[in-house]
Amino acid sequence: MPDNYFARYLPILIHFSLAALLATAIVLLSWIIGYRRPTRAKLSPYECGMTPVGDARQRFSVKFYLVAMLFILFDVEAVFLYPWAVILRDLKMFGFWEMLVYIGIVLVGFFYIWKKGVLDWGGASTGRGEV
Amino acid sequence: MSLAFQASQALPRGTDYLRILPELVLSIFGMIIMVLDPVVDQRRNQKALGTLALIGSLAAIASTLWQARAPGLAFWNMVQVDTFSVFFHFLITTITAVVILTSYEYMEVQQIRVGEYYALILFGAVGMCLMSSAVELVLIFIALEISSISTYILAGFRRRAAISSEASIKYFLLGSFATAFFLYGVALMFGATGSTSIPTIEQHLRSGSIPVLAYVAIALMFVGLGFKVAAAPFHVWTPDVYEGAPAPIVGFMSTAPKAAVFAVLLRIMFQIHAPGRLGLIWVAAALSMTLGNIGALVQQNVKRLLAYSSIAHAGYLLVAFAALPQNGIPSAMFYTASYAAMNIGAFAVVSHFGGAGERYVTLEDYSGLGRRSPVLAAALTLFLLSLIGIPITAGFFAKFYVFSAALQANLVGLVIIGVINSAVAAYYYLRVIVVVYMHDPRDESVLPAVPLELGAALAITALTTIYLGLLPGRVLDYASRSAGDLLH
Repeated sequence: MPDNYFARYLPILIHFSLAALLATAIVLLSWIIGYRRPTRAKLSPYECGMTPVGDARQRFSVKFYLVAMLFILFDVEAVFLYPWAVILRDLKMFGFWEMLVYIGIVLVGFFYIWKKGVLDWGGASTGRGEV
Repeated sequence: MSLAFQASQALPRGTDYLRILPELVLSIFGMIIMVLDPVVDQRRNQKALGTLALIGSLAAIASTLWQARAPGLAFWNMVQVDTFSVFFHFLITTITAVVILTSYEYMEVQQIRVGEYYALILFGAVGMCLMSSAVELVLIFIALEISSISTYILAGFRRRAAISSEASIKYFLLGSFATAFFLYGVALMFGATGSTSIPTIEQHLRSGSIPVLAYVAIALMFVGLGFKVAAAPFHVWTPDVYEGAPAPIVGFMSTAPKAAVFAVLLRIMFQIHAPGRLGLIWVAAALSMTLGNIGALVQQNVKRLLAYSSIAHAGYLLVAFAALPQNGIPSAMFYTASYAAMNIGAFAVVSHFGGAGERYVTLEDYSGLGRRSPVLAAALTLFLLSLIGIPITAGFFAKFYVFSAALQANLVGLVIIGVINSAVAAYYYLRVIVVVYMHDPRDESVLPAVPLELGAALAITALTTIYLGLLPGRVLDYASRSAGDLLH
């Protein structure tokens, strides 16, 4: 088995080389054959839409990151409910209670961030938590 | 239809929950602390949360002992409770309890008023317990992550010290990178054998010729796990992280996660009969012993010195992995237990002596400690002697069993490297003892008294160190039986 083991991956190798060849060919051909008449508008980062205003590298509140992280956490947790809902009938009451435990744990997390003042955007912190 | 059939078959039984009872208990206590932490007043109730965590870890010890009476598989052969996993559960939960005891005073002195600290220790212990009882590589990966993520955060708990944040970030970046290696190894092992369950992989590898992929998979998994136990050449993070992290946490993360990861390594190396095991282990063990000890020779900071010594000890431990399974497994298990006792003890002294902001951590600060606090100095000396491997301490028998196991497997070269290294190691441990007893104190100020909790932790670790050094028989017998269980 070991000698023709890698032979089985030969089609993938061929596929890779074809893809690389095609990509190089397209870029090269357009470079060689194509006309180039640059204008100011064409050289701007976004040819259509809003005109850019200043640099994107500004400082902004760390709260954005915190909210983004929490969004991902709770989003993933919510997505987990879908497959559960599909087979709820087969899981019977066990699945129901198991999900209640799961949601309970999520709620503990929710309670925690709430009390720590993460959802508090007023500026004046609740004084308790430092996050 | 087949889905419906499987789902109705797949309901867990009551015994399944018994077999993850310590993990459940620890998680519940961790969550209670998370709920209480924002509600109670931190200035007054810091100790209450710590005590709750202590009760949680004691309950976990009790449930481990209860669980030991009904060994078996649980959750569709993903978790296995046997003497082997009970040994590590007991070790990890005990370490957790002792570390919580050493943390009380530290949190007070450093003025860290956050209850998450205790919750994270408990959550970390959940991952470590699960690691030692999981027999399914994906579950092991999840457990590894639970334990790692908790320790990443714990490493950065001295928020006022930049060095601590640095430690946390370094540990996090390199640690995630290492976990990726482990996961890649798991994926390749699945490709090679068609399963992620350890018993199935074993059968598959035993039955026919071993595919090339299996070698690569073992090597990648070893890289990931080698990082977690700080084995060379994956050790570079260790000194910086140990220097920056809070001292009680260093005591925790140099023992408990290491014990858990060594349990996983024992399962992978011996239960799977890892192909190519000897070469890998030989190089890693020899490198860890040598680099760890050479690095420790020049350290002026006691935390960094102990960090390098922990690399060297990972090396001694890995020697056992190169030996034959019948001797290698029990000697490795005995080593993790004795190393835990002496190292947590040493870091308990370091964390007490460090003072506010961990100011006193260099070797010169320790000069004259013997005169300033005879008890503390005596405890530190005991732990250091044990780390050297002097008889009647745990370290002696730990090294003795590892080296004799290696000799029985005819690994003379590795044993010679190990013994030379032990001699080198004696120099820097003794240097600390000389400074403690022979030098004049630079600072005559009176040291704060050792509080009750820290005293209890020191007593537990010191007694365990001496007990394992005088009567190693019972623990070793138990470890031998576990080895039999592991190899059936």
